[in-house]
Amino acid sequence: MAAERRFFDEMTGEGGVTRQAYERIARWLAEQPKDFFATRRGHAELMFRRIGITFNVYGDKDATERLIPFDIIPRVIQRSEWRKLEDGLVQRVKALNTFLADIYGAQEIIRAGVVPREMVESNPAFLKNMVGVAAPHDIRVHIAGIDIVRTDGDDFYVLEDNARTPSGVSYMLENREVMMRVAPDLFADHRVAPVENYPEALLATLRSVDPTGSGHPTVALLTPGQFNSAYYEHSFLADKLGVELVEGRDLVVDDDTVFMRTTEGLRKVDVIYRRIDDAFLDPEMFNSESMLGVPGIMRAYRAGNVAIANGIGTGAADDKAIYTYMPDIVRFYFGEELKLKNVDTWRCREADSCAYVLDHLDELVVKEVNGSGGYGMLVGPHATREQRESFAAKIRRDPANYIAQPTLSLSTCPTYFDSGVASRHVDLRPFVLTGTDGVRVIPGGLTRVALTDGSLVVNSSQGGGTKDTWIVDDPREAPSRVGELPATHPVDPGTYAGGASGSASGLAVGLTR
Amino acid sequence: MLARTADSIFWVSRYMERADFLARIIQATQRLVGLPTEYNPGIGRPGTEWDSVLEASGAAEGFRDSGRPVDEANVVEYLAFAVENPSSVRNCIANARSNARSIRVALTAEMWESINGAWFELARFEQAKSMGGRLKLDERTRFLDFVQQASCDFDGRAYRTMLRNDAYWFSRLGVYIERADNTARILDVKYNVLLPETEVVGGSLDYFQWTAILRAVSALTAYHWVYRQSIKPWLVADLLILRPEMPRSLISCYDNIVYFLDAIGRAYGRQGSAQHHARAVYERLQKSSTGAVFQAGLHEFITGFVEDNSRLGEIISGQYLDLSGVPQGA
Repeated sequence: MAAERRFFDEMTGEGGVTRQAYERIARWLAEQPKDFFATRRGHAELMFRRIGITFNVYGDKDATERLIPFDIIPRVIQRSEWRKLEDGLVQRVKALNTFLADIYGAQEIIRAGVVPREMVESNPAFLKNMVGVAAPHDIRVHIAGIDIVRTDGDDFYVLEDNARTPSGVSYMLENREVMMRVAPDLFADHRVAPVENYPEALLATLRSVDPTGSGHPTVALLTPGQFNSAYYEHSFLADKLGVELVEGRDLVVDDDTVFMRTTEGLRKVDVIYRRIDDAFLDPEMFNSESMLGVPGIMRAYRAGNVAIANGIGTGAADDKAIYTYMPDIVRFYFGEELKLKNVDTWRCREADSCAYVLDHLDELVVKEVNGSGGYGMLVGPHATREQRESFAAKIRRDPANYIAQPTLSLSTCPTYFDSGVASRHVDLRPFVLTGTDGVRVIPGGLTRVALTDGSLVVNSSQGGGTKDTWIVDDPREAPSRVGELPATHPVDPGTYAGGASGSASGLAVGLTR
Repeated sequence: MLARTADSIFWVSRYMERADFLARIIQATQRLVGLPTEYNPGIGRPGTEWDSVLEASGAAEGFRDSGRPVDEANVVEYLAFAVENPSSVRNCIANARSNARSIRVALTAEMWESINGAWFELARFEQAKSMGGRLKLDERTRFLDFVQQASCDFDGRAYRTMLRNDAYWFSRLGVYIERADNTARILDVKYNVLLPETEVVGGSLDYFQWTAILRAVSALTAYHWVYRQSIKPWLVADLLILRPEMPRSLISCYDNIVYFLDAIGRAYGRQGSAQHHARAVYERLQKSSTGAVFQAGLHEFITGFVEDNSRLGEIISGQYLDLSGVPQGA
């Protein structure tokens, strides 16, 4: 248990009393014989190994394929809580798409002075030469993963937006499959929203952005190959989607059109779900050394002959500096307040903030603006004096590269260990899909858990584990209707009212449907 | 389907088939060299049998380069576990898995589980080995049994679970081209004991050589069912070359190869040199008889076949699997 500080616990709340969503789980935990969890966990691990759901660790020669530890106690969210989350997620992802359409288009938000130009242009993920290049249907973030933490009974905060190539959805799906097999008794007691239709929803999203309008697009998933850390997920998704899993060498561009090499010759590709970073996508345009990409694919994209999901340059919207402007961005485009809160953030590029951050390093979390995976960050309260001092030097050298946030009291969740059940900090990454047919949020997500006592770092590359995430019907509420696909939220019909006017009317730049 | 996917499927099958053959030939040879020398004049010189195993598995040159003396322990180690031997059993399984992993979408879950399971089992054996340097004899037997089982398991799962489309046809082509190659190679190495003049009336000391060949391709029982008589060397050759009901005979392999290439040709709406070449090889086998084969020279016949077979592999690769150029019909 966390020692000096009390954290909101997903099961027991502020203390003592079991929360409604967890009543039956608490009973289940109490009723099982001692060796039950160890046995079931063994089963689960065996299943994960058998299906080969592993991730690769870079720079780790001995264990190139590792299992992410799976905890068999699910993380439960009540549907009434989820609805609020879902609302906020839809708003947020619409904002990301609108923002990107704008900065790669008319740049109203910059001209209105809401987001400083240098803020956008100094971001290495912002691709200047993509300004004025239309994305098919003006959607760029087709798949978003929004990292969320909970701090108390009412408040969720967005920690980070992932608008590039967010991963982890295969764990959401496989965790559920494994959970249903190792703890069927628990499912008998709950109405858990299914997540298994995610691939169906993803395929619908991808097909909807077909640039040819033929109604029969050929979709392919582009992977860097089997040595990529998320390769398992790539092959898993391609399989579930029923699309070809292609590598760069399988694709060839001719006459500004993308083809894949098949046993029957070349076949045209219309929609590419790429899991390769921008920098490696096209050696003609970006990194000429890249062996992973497809020479000429950007020509095909510019010519409007292929849709690429996620679009090019989406990193301009999800870095930690732009994050701090999200309230302004949402207000500017939609005339609304941000529904899902941002964590208070100090931008070190601003002198006052920087001074504050340097003064309070021992209580702040400092992150690189473009860092990811939990690398390049300082968790002040857990760092040694030397670590803090060397980090302070880094901040002074390049303040614009850092932001700082208070150490949040992340909620905890009961987690099984050989020594018994203990509380560990968790976060949540729900997945949000955007196509021409609307925005879909899959009811669930990936819950990551920091397995080390007291640790706040949940990244799998740094010893984090995962949990199955349940959205359950509130006991006193009628069960929700189950559709084939998650309900879509229409993309607001764009009443483009001109950015600088400050009009409160819905302002959806370029989202035509 | 993607050319690269077809290529990987083809090679997954080949590697699994090869692993099975290697395990069998090692076991058959262990049996043979375990006999008192009077039962087998051939094994008077130490190493001879293991030399021919190295030849038959195409590993002779690599082994020579290793500079180790030819003896049972060294050869078995090299064939079964050596990382530096590109065709060792462990590399076959590792390569099969690596190929399978790169195209998981195209395999059924059952096939992947089989190959992935085999890979983990292999790791267990290697771990046991790393404790003592070499496996104990009983562990080694278990290992060779495991390899044959893994290969059968994979093959059976492919047969039971794959859609009957080009992915399946390419996987079958891999099986039969590899199998034809394996059968031909063991015949090539042992042709001298199969020649009619080596027969001694009233039984031959080569009997154990012949049974070893049959065992290596799991055909000993089949022999008795087909011929219902004592083992004659020319009948061993007949069984392994020309008997259509023997699933490892060259002619049976080509029956299948022609069938699956035709299926691909029909599905794609066009035939190519792969179909023509395979049909030519098949027809030559169909028109042959044991007498004619022996008359023209068993050795020459087999050598010619091995070349034809590997040529077919190249043609298939050029026609369907090659990534470097633009495939036909683009």
